[in-house]
Amino acid sequence: MKMEILAKQLDIEKIRRDFPILRRKINGNNLIYFDSAATSQRPKTVIESIKKFFENNNANIHRGIHKLAEESAFLYEEARQKIASFINADTEEIIFTKNTTESLNLLAYSLFKDLKENDEIIISEMEHHSNIVPWQQLAKLKSIKLNFIKIDKEGNLDLNHFKDLLNKKTKIVSLTHVSNVLGTINPIKEISKLVHNNNSLLILDCAQSISHMKIDVKELNTDFLVFSGHKMYGSTGIGVLYGKKHLLENMNPFLYGGDMIKNVTFKETDFNSLPWKFEAGTPPIAEAISLGIAIDYLNYLGMENIEEYEKYLTDYLYKQLSKQKDIRLYGPKNRSSLISFNLSNIHAHDVASILDSEGIAIRAGHMCAMPLVREILKEPALCRASLSFYNTKEEIDKFILSLNKVRLVFKNE
Amino acid sequence: MSEIIDRDYAGEGIYRENILDHYKNPRNFGNIENFDAEYHEFNSLCGDELTLQIKIENNLVKDIRFFGKGCAISIASSSMLSEEIKGKKVDFAKNITKENIFNLLNIQISPSRTKCALLCLEALRKLIKIYKGEK
Repeated sequence: MKMEILAKQLDIEKIRRDFPILRRKINGNNLIYFDSAATSQRPKTVIESIKKFFENNNANIHRGIHKLAEESAFLYEEARQKIASFINADTEEIIFTKNTTESLNLLAYSLFKDLKENDEIIISEMEHHSNIVPWQQLAKLKSIKLNFIKIDKEGNLDLNHFKDLLNKKTKIVSLTHVSNVLGTINPIKEISKLVHNNNSLLILDCAQSISHMKIDVKELNTDFLVFSGHKMYGSTGIGVLYGKKHLLENMNPFLYGGDMIKNVTFKETDFNSLPWKFEAGTPPIAEAISLGIAIDYLNYLGMENIEEYEKYLTDYLYKQLSKQKDIRLYGPKNRSSLISFNLSNIHAHDVASILDSEGIAIRAGHMCAMPLVREILKEPALCRASLSFYNTKEEIDKFILSLNKVRLVFKNE
Repeated sequence: MSEIIDRDYAGEGIYRENILDHYKNPRNFGNIENFDAEYHEFNSLCGDELTLQIKIENNLVKDIRFFGKGCAISIASSSMLSEEIKGKKVDFAKNITKENIFNLLNIQISPSRTKCALLCLEALRKLIKIYKGEK
């Protein structure tokens, strides 16, 4: 079985033809898209699925008696099934949201109802704003303590510090699976054991891992898991919250309104069953369906193949960047497919602007992780090149060469 | 539509000699010992930080200084702005517009870099408000 998977190599040229945007010219150059960690590009099948839905099936779901309403509801629920099997969950454990941020807000607001004064929450120093701000703001309302797991010099979580922080008052541990700045892959299985031995809940932010490695909620043994569609080749506007069924059943809804109800009187409301209890209002139907199509595409390529090829690319990029004496890299060597760096004496924005003139798209800034970038790494901004399976070794070579142009403009040779 | 999408923003063309000169040797960079007003501006989008200090005498900008961290565009525009208003009337400084800044830079600024170019202007306007409020 394993041999069969490894034997099936990805045909990158063919894959690239599946992504229409890769034909774009930017300032006369072929687009080199190294910003997939911000949002990935979409394959033709995903783009067409949205058009096809609006041309053939469009209706509101779970309401109408007519044919189109039935088709729309079927397609929407079919997408949910695809997502469930993609992460080895049950269908009713998959809740559609707008994105990772909304999924985390849903959890924060819903779980906070059961928290008491002096309870504690643990997150880490490497979290994205979406996994800091909801906890930080709600903690203030109830005098709840928010603790941060330190990171070591390499950019890995300090697990000893985590063990010190865990105590009887710790109710929630919410961590990123892969750091969007450092590329660190956190040891979730080990963390999960520690969290559950302590009778706390584990929330996993998989925004940066879901499209790069096989995610199995049972293997990771996480209570909740969240991700966005647009970072995994689907549309914007659709995200996912996974939760263990018995936990979701006992939680209060976050948003109230249509579709999340079973019965409404002027005085009371009975909530709908899972997963609809958490999906108030008309959802982004086409976007949800197209996320199912994106998952079909990932399954067709095979997550093992994707992981293997992206590791090859990332190792190559790391090696090439490490050779440059004036470049500082952030994060551990063993990492997911993104690398943050800075060129000495040149601001990240200037690097990004000059690379853009060569058709190369990278991220420059604080990557929505200001506390990490400013307070821990002590930088005003970073450059980040993030890779996908549609990137090539040749693109990395061109990127490395283009850094010379940056130096030339700033006369930093 | 195609004009918007395919418009060739200057790219490396914005890094002209004088921009890089102001970036590498910013004018009026540093502190004023006994300033009349100080304002700290932070651009959360890029992480640029800028502190502006002003010394005013007889309604004239006797001295203007800045310090902080930023990209070439942000530092160059701060540097050029400081040269532009030094020695001039406070009202002249107060009435500086976006267009004035773009003219000083004399390069085509893409939408994504506009914030960098105008950080100093935002800081200047707030600085003058602080000064006038104090007086």
